[in-house]
Amino acid sequence: MSNDLTERTVGEASPPSSNHFVAPLEETPLVAIDVVKVAEKPSNLWIDAWRDARRRPIFWISGALILLVCVVALFPWLFTNVPPNNDCQLINSNGGPTSGHILGFTKQGCDVYSRIINGTSTSLAVGIIVIVLTTFLGIIFGAFAGFYGGATDAFLSRIGDIFFSIPYILAAVVIMSVLVNYRSVWTISLAIGLFAWPATARVLRAEILRVKNSDFVMASEALGVSSLRILLRHVLPNSIAPVIAITTISLAAAIVAEATLSFLGVGLGSSIMSWGNDINQAQRDLRTNPQTLIYPSLALSITVFAFILMGEVIRDALDPKARALR
Amino acid sequence: MAGYILRRLLQAIPVFFGTTFLIYFMVFAMPGDPILALFGDKTPSPALVAQLRAQYHLDQPFIVQYFIYIGGIFQGNFGMSYSGQPVSEILLRTFPVTLRLAVLALFFETVFGILVGLISGLRKGKLFDGSSLVVSLILISLPIFVIAFVAQYVFGVQLGWARTTVGPGAPIQDLILPALVLASISFAQIVRLTRSSVIETSSLDFVRTAYGKGLSRNRIVPVHILRNSLIPVVTYLATDFGVLLVGATVTEGIFNVPGVGNTLYQAIIRSEGPTVVSFVTVMVLLYLVVNLIVDLLYGLLDPRIRYVK
Amino acid sequence: MRKNRIGVGVVALAAASALVLTGCASGGGSTPTSSANLSAVITTNGSEPQNPLIPTNTNETGGGKIVDSIFAGLVYYDATGKPINDMADSITTTDSQTYTIKIKPNQTFSDGEAVDAKSFVDAWQYGALFSNAQVNQSFFAPIEGFSDTVDSPLTGLTVVDPTTFTVKLNAPQSDFPLQLGYTAFDPLPANAFADMTAFGQNPIGNGPYKLASSSAWQHNVQIDLVPNATYTGGRKAQNGGLTFKFYASSDAAYSDLQANNVDVIDEIPDSAISTFTSDLGDRAINQPSAVFQSFTIGVAAPHFQGQEGQLRRQALSEAIDRPTITKVIFDGTRTPATDFTSPVLDGYSNSLSGNSVLTYNADDAKKLWAEANAISPWSGTFQIAYNADGPHQAWVDAVSNSIKNVLGIDAAGSPTPTFAQFRTLVTDTANPIQTGFRTGWQADYPALSDFLVPLYQTGASSNDGHYTNPAVDALFTKAASETSTDAAIKDYQDAQVILLKDLPAIPLWYSNVTGGFAQGVSNVQFGWNSVPLYYAITKS
Repeated sequence: MSNDLTERTVGEASPPSSNHFVAPLEETPLVAIDVVKVAEKPSNLWIDAWRDARRRPIFWISGALILLVCVVALFPWLFTNVPPNNDCQLINSNGGPTSGHILGFTKQGCDVYSRIINGTSTSLAVGIIVIVLTTFLGIIFGAFAGFYGGATDAFLSRIGDIFFSIPYILAAVVIMSVLVNYRSVWTISLAIGLFAWPATARVLRAEILRVKNSDFVMASEALGVSSLRILLRHVLPNSIAPVIAITTISLAAAIVAEATLSFLGVGLGSSIMSWGNDINQAQRDLRTNPQTLIYPSLALSITVFAFILMGEVIRDALDPKARALR
Repeated sequence: MAGYILRRLLQAIPVFFGTTFLIYFMVFAMPGDPILALFGDKTPSPALVAQLRAQYHLDQPFIVQYFIYIGGIFQGNFGMSYSGQPVSEILLRTFPVTLRLAVLALFFETVFGILVGLISGLRKGKLFDGSSLVVSLILISLPIFVIAFVAQYVFGVQLGWARTTVGPGAPIQDLILPALVLASISFAQIVRLTRSSVIETSSLDFVRTAYGKGLSRNRIVPVHILRNSLIPVVTYLATDFGVLLVGATVTEGIFNVPGVGNTLYQAIIRSEGPTVVSFVTVMVLLYLVVNLIVDLLYGLLDPRIRYVK
Repeated sequence: MRKNRIGVGVVALAAASALVLTGCASGGGSTPTSSANLSAVITTNGSEPQNPLIPTNTNETGGGKIVDSIFAGLVYYDATGKPINDMADSITTTDSQTYTIKIKPNQTFSDGEAVDAKSFVDAWQYGALFSNAQVNQSFFAPIEGFSDTVDSPLTGLTVVDPTTFTVKLNAPQSDFPLQLGYTAFDPLPANAFADMTAFGQNPIGNGPYKLASSSAWQHNVQIDLVPNATYTGGRKAQNGGLTFKFYASSDAAYSDLQANNVDVIDEIPDSAISTFTSDLGDRAINQPSAVFQSFTIGVAAPHFQGQEGQLRRQALSEAIDRPTITKVIFDGTRTPATDFTSPVLDGYSNSLSGNSVLTYNADDAKKLWAEANAISPWSGTFQIAYNADGPHQAWVDAVSNSIKNVLGIDAAGSPTPTFAQFRTLVTDTANPIQTGFRTGWQADYPALSDFLVPLYQTGASSNDGHYTNPAVDALFTKAASETSTDAAIKDYQDAQVILLKDLPAIPLWYSNVTGGFAQGVSNVQFGWNSVPLYYAITKS
């Protein structure tokens, strides 16, 4: 029997072309089983994961936090009406909290709370763009390299090595200087993410090397499932846990990397508000006025905390074995 | 096995050319004339600038500059820095220092990261697990320069437990504090990675079988759980080693370590093509070897992984 | 601190690093103690020299401090910037155009070779020759025969006898002798010319110190100097040697000072600027100095030309609250500017006519800006370009905020990642920069002319705003040919009165020199060029 046919019959509903699907004669023994499957709602990894996750309070807590951060990022004016950058009076420099300015003032005399609220979108965007970029490239390169091995592995892995060996500071300096007039969340995310994905790729590749020798993969092979389908449906979901572990932390690392780039002089200008920028500017007064550094760091920690918890839930939910244990 | 290793070593050749080409191009693409920067806020005469540009081949098209450089390498000449030092000398002076620092940092993050990750994984949801998450969060949400400044001020200046900066010759005892700071960046990653891996492995059949057979926990944890959880961790450590070799710019700056990070960063800022490319080339070759070793390690950690076909 | 870490910021003596002088204030405030130990080696901060140690090829502080210690020129500057004969016996002229220089007898390099007229003339010829491409080439431009486009010998230099030579300039220049203390004019021994590259790694000089050994320069780590017994001038070493420890950042140097790992540092990092006086007590140094900082608006910038431009420049200047910014952002390590030079020079004035434009006056600034808007309405953002690898962001932000708050327009800094890119942007004549940009100037020799002529004379090398005003040019020419110093000062002050109207650059403040020293160290005094007088430092 052909792979094609098997796949369609086993996995999904009938092909759209035939309302009354009649299996070829020689497959009759399988039809009995298949019919049952087609009639039922197909068991889907993601649907199972969702069913599992929604039963856990931690999912709702982290989800609410993430939602809150997103709302702050999208609608900062709901949370503050103090202009973050247009009413900075040096006379307030490093001042403590006053009414209307609950977290006090920065060195430049800007409102700390307002800057944090208004910097959320930049920081969150940098974090998310970077992890999307690194995860996407990391999965493509890592999954194919690990699963297919041989020449594919050599080719993809060596490309990863080349990218990885370029110091991200060099990349950042080059990207930020070439695009000096287009400095934005996108350019800085590109600078951070474009050369960081090989770490994800290598970890995923290693996990896939391990998983692809598992019994269930061999079983799928024996059933004649196409290799791409085995990779996407069976191997990848079972190898994704370490990627999630890295990615949730990478989100924080990316937001902080933006601060480090500012420290080195290749970050976003001070007219673009971000937590990293604020942390960098507060660093000068670390010894005399640490709170201007602590508040943006705290905002960063809470955001990352939410994403780490969410990562935990997703990881558990995707792992049927862990589910079974609970 | 030998064939596999040979093939991998041969792959270093295209990587060498790919890396050098890409990096040389990036340095070339940096806007700004490095010669002008040599004069501070003064503006030199255009003729003098032109002459200095010619001296460093900066007036040549990119591809010519690249081949002049590559040609030099095959004669054992890595080029000269703007200050007139052979790049090969700078390499020999800085690499050992950074290597020591990187190995030390790697040692700390391996020991602490895996230990904390293992315990967190085995006691998922318990107090220790929560505490390790909080500590990881604190470390991850502070930029490296903040951690470095605080560590230097507290342990170097206030308590006097460590030298504030690294002394001549970069002895190991001076490198402990910067290594701990460096290790703190990856600590969170390793803890989370180990923890997630341990949780996954613990639920596998062979672990349950081992418990079922009545094996002691002292044997199951290191032999069955840890060993089978190490693959992603070891992989990550190897990539981190690569980062440590070139990326310790900030930490090396704050602790004044005369290593690669510092030198490379200044070379990048000054657009010193030959220096940047030579450093990164040595580093990528080293990194290829490390990756090869790691790939061979997979076979030891999980006998099902085989390359030799 | 950033500037050190990055190197480029520190690059030039002329760059924005802190400079100058301490006037009569004794830097250390400590008196020599009887326990001073002549064999104690002084450790101090430095940075890896960017070029081999050749006087004519060293123009940044890292190499400059070392070259200055191992070479001795015709004159040296005392702490107040007054030139004192070092190798020179006398420097005389009758017309301010031809100078006769006599050298003290029996002066030698540390290897015993005699320092004579030829040592100077050959060194200058080498430094000036176009194809040698020395970074200090332009210092020889006033001398007859100089060319910056082809190889041409300095015909104005003539050796009269072994200890006498004459210098003929292209035009009269009354302050030429004042320039001779700059390292570019140091002598070189004969063997240097055989292999300058090798010489630059292991130089033989005639100064108060010499390299401790042929491997004394440990690149990127430190350089060890020991007193040179053959030096007999006024800078005789009072200590057992100098170790310049190379730091990638001034933060690291400052931490070392607090931990007593270094004896003297000549730079306080931004992160310690608010605490260093309390950390160090009477071992802290914060003195007026001669680094002038400003921002320039090029003549090509839209809305900044003619009458409208003058009004806008004055409005911007009056919108900047200099005293508050220097106090809050710089913790008093900057002094608000009252002219275009430096408070440590002869001829500095805080009472130039028209300098009220440098005083914060929000109402007048608004009025002037409105007048300019009547000529042509303003739109867009006022930007100040700066290099983000130097420590500029904080003050650029503060100045922008001050402008924003007063004039109600949008104002922001515009950072470029590297110093090279910044300089390329600023010096691009084909495509002149349209925004304001930061400018800073540190003099190479202690004279008003060095703060004015290279920056505001028509077509001058560092006139990056392309300012031109015939009246100013005429006063500069007149000043150069004056035979009386007072008359020259008057001319330069008159020129500044015009500059205060035109404001080609908007003066901000003078940098102080900041530094500190460890316990047990005495006689720390900072020179006019912000560099400590290392030879005088003692340690118990």
